[in-house]
Amino acid sequence: MTTQLFGAPIRRKEDPRLVTGGGRYLDDLGHDALAAAFVRSPHAHARIVDVDASDAVDVEGVVGIYVHDDLPGRVGEPLPLLIPHPTLTHGRTGYALARDEVNHVGEPVVMVVATDRYVAEDACQRIRVSYEPLPVVVGIEAARDGDLLVHDDVPGNVAAHMLQEVGDVAAAMAAAPRTLTLELDIERSACTPMEGKGVYARWDHERGELRMYSSTQTSTGVRAAVAAKLDLPLAKVECIAPDVGGGFGVKIMHPWPEEVLVPWAARLLDRPVKWVEDRREHFIGSAHERGQLQTVTVGFDDEGRVLALDVKFWHDNGAYTPYGIIVPIITSTQLLGPYKPGAYRCEFWSLYTNTVLVTPYRGAGRPQGCFAMERTMDAIADELGLDRTEVRSRNFILPSEMPYDHGLLFQDGRPLKYDSGDFPASLAKLKDLVGWDDFADYRARAEAAGRKVGLGIGCYVEGTGVGPYEGGHIQIETSGRVNVATGLTSQGQGHETVFAQIVAEELGVRMEDVHVTTGDTRRMPYAVGTFASRAAVMSGSAIALAARNVRAKALRIAADALEVSPDDLEIVEGTVRVKGAPATSMSLGTVSVLSNPLRYAFDDAAKAATQFAGTFDPDKPPVADDEEPGLEGRDFYSPTQATFANGMHAAVVETDPVTAEIRILRYCVIHDCGTMINPMIVEGQVHGGVAQGVGGALYERMAYDESGQLLNASFMDFLMPYASEVPTIETDHLETPSPLNPLGIKGAGEAGCIPVSAVIASAIEDAEGFPITRMPISPNDLWELRRRHAAGEVPSLHRLSSTSSKEPTA
Amino acid sequence: MKPAPFVHHAPVSVEEAVSVLGEVGHDGKVLAGGQSLIPILNMRLASPGHLVDINRVTGLDSVEVTPEAVRVGALVRHAGLERSAEAYAALPLLRQALVNVAHPAIRNRGTTVGSIAHADAAGEMPAILALTDGVVEVAGPSGSREVAWSDFFLGALETSLAAEELAVAVRFGRFPAGTGTAFTEAARRHGDYAMAGVGVAVTVTDGVVSGALASFVSVTDVPSVLDLGPALDGAEPGSGEWDAALDTVAEAVRGHVEPEGDIHASADYRRMLVTELTRRALPRAADRAGADT
Repeated sequence: MTTQLFGAPIRRKEDPRLVTGGGRYLDDLGHDALAAAFVRSPHAHARIVDVDASDAVDVEGVVGIYVHDDLPGRVGEPLPLLIPHPTLTHGRTGYALARDEVNHVGEPVVMVVATDRYVAEDACQRIRVSYEPLPVVVGIEAARDGDLLVHDDVPGNVAAHMLQEVGDVAAAMAAAPRTLTLELDIERSACTPMEGKGVYARWDHERGELRMYSSTQTSTGVRAAVAAKLDLPLAKVECIAPDVGGGFGVKIMHPWPEEVLVPWAARLLDRPVKWVEDRREHFIGSAHERGQLQTVTVGFDDEGRVLALDVKFWHDNGAYTPYGIIVPIITSTQLLGPYKPGAYRCEFWSLYTNTVLVTPYRGAGRPQGCFAMERTMDAIADELGLDRTEVRSRNFILPSEMPYDHGLLFQDGRPLKYDSGDFPASLAKLKDLVGWDDFADYRARAEAAGRKVGLGIGCYVEGTGVGPYEGGHIQIETSGRVNVATGLTSQGQGHETVFAQIVAEELGVRMEDVHVTTGDTRRMPYAVGTFASRAAVMSGSAIALAARNVRAKALRIAADALEVSPDDLEIVEGTVRVKGAPATSMSLGTVSVLSNPLRYAFDDAAKAATQFAGTFDPDKPPVADDEEPGLEGRDFYSPTQATFANGMHAAVVETDPVTAEIRILRYCVIHDCGTMINPMIVEGQVHGGVAQGVGGALYERMAYDESGQLLNASFMDFLMPYASEVPTIETDHLETPSPLNPLGIKGAGEAGCIPVSAVIASAIEDAEGFPITRMPISPNDLWELRRRHAAGEVPSLHRLSSTSSKEPTA
Repeated sequence: MKPAPFVHHAPVSVEEAVSVLGEVGHDGKVLAGGQSLIPILNMRLASPGHLVDINRVTGLDSVEVTPEAVRVGALVRHAGLERSAEAYAALPLLRQALVNVAHPAIRNRGTTVGSIAHADAAGEMPAILALTDGVVEVAGPSGSREVAWSDFFLGALETSLAAEELAVAVRFGRFPAGTGTAFTEAARRHGDYAMAGVGVAVTVTDGVVSGALASFVSVTDVPSVLDLGPALDGAEPGSGEWDAALDTVAEAVRGHVEPEGDIHASADYRRMLVTELTRRALPRAADRAGADT
């Protein structure tokens, strides 16, 4: 290769289009469509008594008003439970429109279709729904008490109860020289992509075909779900994800009620229909995540080695469980991070509450698991008076122990087996980057100036690139243009760039000749979706395999034409040439011409492939027996297990001694996602993840009141951090290749957000000298903790800090 | 999140605006920068039948500096006032406060007079009008009148402006020579409504304080001015006496404010916060007073 493309920090191909307003998002489509709007439940738990739409039907421009009774067949049946699990004994899903009961504020009850959204909302305002309020369950403690029930037929509000144990925890705990118990609490947050959900559907009456667009992370999933709901052959449904303005998990959940109802209405009315979610709807009508209460008991020796780890946690799954219990399963398995406890037991209860349902949000249960493990590591260090990094080191899985099988089942139903990683090397790099060993001096100087500063750390391992599979299809046109398709969708990650880098490198073509399409079921009908940091690993590997197939075919055809052996050929910048004799060559475009014998000439390139061009051996068939026409190739990648990326973060925070305002002074990241396709994009992913992590650590919570009203359902009161709240992020990388895929890569999408709450809690604890057990934390929260600490209600750390030069003042 | 139907009026003169306001009465709202009003309409928290859009009205977009005051027309955007060199020279407090009003994009559109007429307890500029002993110039069906700030603000989001009246300008009073000012606030995120904020003005004569005032954001229902003269008068900034006086100030502030708690901060926290912010603002104002003399 003349130019190294794989591994180079190439600028994103999609950015000039996206940053100059050239993106086409869901709401840029279908200007002729009717608009749907929804009457949503104002109650967290109630029986629907009556719906009176008499004042709305006369609103000029209203085309249809629908309640559950109007929904025929499968459209009116409960939405699917996408990921069943044996322990999900009481899985429940809602209806596209609530049937007789609502279980959270925001649940859709009535759909109005009108000439535009303004009219639809006018009509919604005139529809009167009578409710009989029912007792409301809000918060994990209320759900756990089980006095009041979300679903009458789910005792104790327990959707699932799961237990995994490796080794004999009871015995190991009893034998441990020391034990500690921690009570931890993580609040809810949400993905809050810039673009909410949206659906646009067109029905082709003549052909009986549906074309729908959805702002989704899985167009193949939506297509299959909608075909099933509307009782249509799969071949009669197309689903396209246009440009999508962020997903972060909420759009992998499907089908959303609107994804069923909008296509249904389009078919019923035989007119295009569109629905674009507004911000308030997104807060109350999509999904949240993160809420857990945790109890961790750890047994350890005097060196800080964990002999037994016993975790119980209670997971808030909201009103329904359409996405199963993926989130708590991930928490329970990924909690272990880079460590190898002597014995491990994890038991969780996934609980219903009368709140918005819970589905994966970037990190997907890992931030909670990391919080539990890392708070435990800090507590052990404090108990023993050891440096916090030393305790971690003593519990690390070592490179020589890879692959390391934890003996647990991961979220994909396969063994939790780490493929590679060098945790001691990552930690050494982190300590170096943040200046861990020099911090005591820094703190002493800060304290002398009346400032309070603290240093925090957090480590994680992230299972990425879960199966079952993805595919890649590559076709080279006679112009030399390379068309690449993969079925999973893009929400701004930079897929057009990294997949092009892979193809350019594998094929030997220029980046600008490679054109990537994602998320279009017409181009690649077999796909799973974009989630679990899997796009690069799964589609990247599939595309690499497809590229190798195309390359082999190109070399076969060119070798035949140039009368040389394929082994003597190379492809450089789109030209197939003889190694060492580059004058003997032909362009890939010409190879494409040769690959597709034609009867008709429609341009000069095609002329060369027609029957009288005189270029073919009359004794051979135009297409060889073992070939197909066209210079194209397709392949799929389906791994036996996930790859495991890892990272370690450290932060320096300052807390105001009076106002308790919290400022992140430095944020350092060591990240290992195996071989990097494009380090600039990896860093961008890390930066975005850290920004969301900072939101979860210091700003974001879902403020439900006791009646189940979400008090902060707007960006004015839900405090997603601005750029001004996100610190400069210092990064360094380690590249430990994965042995599992052809490119040696691991996922990077979620990494940045996973340890942030743990890191910031660690740093604030270090600054303040008392334990931080609940995140997020606001200045008001910290100020209250200080008061309670001063009153003796919150204990001090044993050693005020392992890195402290002296006791911080209270 | 689409507004309910409304009639859009676009008068081109104050007289026409007042006439339309008189016709539509309580079913009308004035639209200037729209930075508070439009979200309220979109969320259907208000559904006025008429919007009287004054953006085409002539003669309302100037900033004038007189020996007594800085006069700001009803169509002057926050950003315009913030960047006015004349206004800054005459009354630095305006820019000191304005940079805290939301974000630049909002300041580019939102008007200072509009934010005063909106009378949000979390707004910076109502507090500044109070601290500068300002006046609102009002046009109505029966002519013009002037309303002192203390008669203008009646409650949270409530003023003495009648439905058929238009606030055409405000005048922020200038401070005597030797006065330094400071404004500071603490918000959960940069540019958010403050959990608490304070503007202070300290006048120093012959090296000692001869007057000190404070006014607050987000911790009082309506703007009000706390006279800190009794605590600080006669003290030399930076002296031991001054430091002791700051404790008296803190006591006075704690007694003066009436914060309410919400999901972002409790009443107790806000009280502590505004007290500390006042402590931190006063030395800065005093420094600037010294620099001026």
